[in-house]
Amino acid sequence: MSAQHLKTASGASRSLARSRPRYGEFAVKTILLMAAMVSIATTVGIVAALLEPTIEFFGEVSLGEFFGSTTWGPLFNPPSFGVWPVIVATVEITLIAIIVAVPLGLAAAIYLSEYATPRVRKTFKPVLEVLAGVPTVVFGFFALTFVTPVLQDVFPFLELEAKNALSAGLLVGVMIIPIVASLSEDSMAAVPNGLREGSYALGASKMLTSVRVVVPAAFSGIVAAIILAISRAAGETMIVAIAGGFKSVFTLYPGDEMATMAAFIAQAGSGDASVGSIAYKTIFAVGSLLFIMTFAMNYVSARLVQKYREVYD
Amino acid sequence: MAILSTPRSAVQLASKGRPLKEHLFRIALMASLAIALVFLALLIVYVVEEGWPRLDSTLWENQPSIRRPETAGIQSGIFGTLWIIGLTALMALPTGILAAIYLEEYADRTKWYNRLLELNISNLAAVPSIVYGILGLGIIARWMAFGFTIMTGAITISLLVLPIVIISAREAIRAVPPSIREGSLALGATQWQTIYRQVLPASIPGIATGSILALSRAIGEAAPFLMLGAATLVRFNPEGVWSSFSVLPLQIYSFISRPQEEFAILAAAAIVVLLAILLLMNSVAIWLRNRYQKRW
Repeated sequence: MSAQHLKTASGASRSLARSRPRYGEFAVKTILLMAAMVSIATTVGIVAALLEPTIEFFGEVSLGEFFGSTTWGPLFNPPSFGVWPVIVATVEITLIAIIVAVPLGLAAAIYLSEYATPRVRKTFKPVLEVLAGVPTVVFGFFALTFVTPVLQDVFPFLELEAKNALSAGLLVGVMIIPIVASLSEDSMAAVPNGLREGSYALGASKMLTSVRVVVPAAFSGIVAAIILAISRAAGETMIVAIAGGFKSVFTLYPGDEMATMAAFIAQAGSGDASVGSIAYKTIFAVGSLLFIMTFAMNYVSARLVQKYREVYD
Repeated sequence: MAILSTPRSAVQLASKGRPLKEHLFRIALMASLAIALVFLALLIVYVVEEGWPRLDSTLWENQPSIRRPETAGIQSGIFGTLWIIGLTALMALPTGILAAIYLEEYADRTKWYNRLLELNISNLAAVPSIVYGILGLGIIARWMAFGFTIMTGAITISLLVLPIVIISAREAIRAVPPSIREGSLALGATQWQTIYRQVLPASIPGIATGSILALSRAIGEAAPFLMLGAATLVRFNPEGVWSSFSVLPLQIYSFISRPQEEFAILAAAAIVVLLAILLLMNSVAIWLRNRYQKRW
């Protein structure tokens, strides 16, 4: 502890270290460490909350039925537990969101990092923050009462239902634009100027420099941002619950109403499924699936950032 | 910055020969940013226009009601949100700031457990909020037997915003240059004295900005409360931490899910209130950052 304690001083100064222990300093460090451990406790708590009911669930429903069937209706009588419809809905809405958010977010990031003057950047970054801070119920309301009717008017041939995956996906996409934009911009800003100057020196234009030099150099950060955005989109609840609906029919058409995993959890969790019933346990089983999927994506994203962050320093 | 350090003539030389493509690219980039901003503007104009007929004092003076949507209000939601945010600030901010101090000032990054802590925090920051709802339901409401009370909601939301508080407080602490710490240590201060008297005062504006943004995230959150049985049409204001409650976003959700047109208007009006609170908090945060941010 004494060596660590002096880590800011030089390593050679050990002989100058205090001669008696400072209990107050040690107590402070312990308190701080305990505060940091709350985050570990949170993860343990999440796993603990999910694990037991999930195990009980798979005691009653076989893995074969869960992953081998396409009929989903745990709240119906008789219930059915083929999870594919909610997985497909989640993937589909996430895909729509990514198609919206990646081009727009990336372009906004390139603009802010490579083209905008410091003053423009200072004005627009807070606006993106505001967009990131809009509650998702608000996006859901907007999707249901504005975007869907407009789409129905403009594209009647799409035959959109009142709740549909398309509007939900579009709005989830808008929601994750700030994530893609700000994280990509961070990693582009970290690209050293030497690379840009080298590119200009070889006669490349600004566009060429941005697209062929800066973006590839910041690629790992951009990928991390996109993965994080995918994970956000997959776990988004309120938009999909309001605008995407709860119907769990196996369908691929984005004009149809469909329930994602998060929407199912919201629907079953806010209803009156009694504790210990199979419907109640299904919430946790789907929750586990969602947690594992997003956890894997977050882990990959965090590792990418950690691994490549200081590559140019 | 990138442009400033490159000679202007070099950029001009480079762009010579294909100006049209360059221009189009630039316009496309600006358009992408503009789409996001126009969308935000459109959304705000739309909800204000929709909710306008109900934006009067009955909105916050009355309680929600199923039978009389035209006079129903959102008072219990406003009070519930205030309770939750107050308790969250009391719990999440100290814990998050202390954890950030540990990670920035004490943690030795060569130790595996410190790296695990960091990875865990960045992971938690991206866990879907509905999963926090499951945590609140399974552990806090049922296992700890706190029930569907304000306390349960506040603890759940505190855990949800904790990683955000930690990450932003760390950034603020990291921005204080090492020379300040070295100067203090050289004068004989202990490490905690250095942190408490030098590092923390210097990083307070940054920490405050991050904390406000984290709390504003908590205000807009609805998904975890869905799992916590926050009854959406509570007709009374909470009386204490063990009272049942509702929050504004969840009331909005319940208004949206009702078929009558009046509830859509009510939802829009409530959204205007919610957005106004959030915009106010965001502006304070941005103002704090611009006003007190030091360049070392």
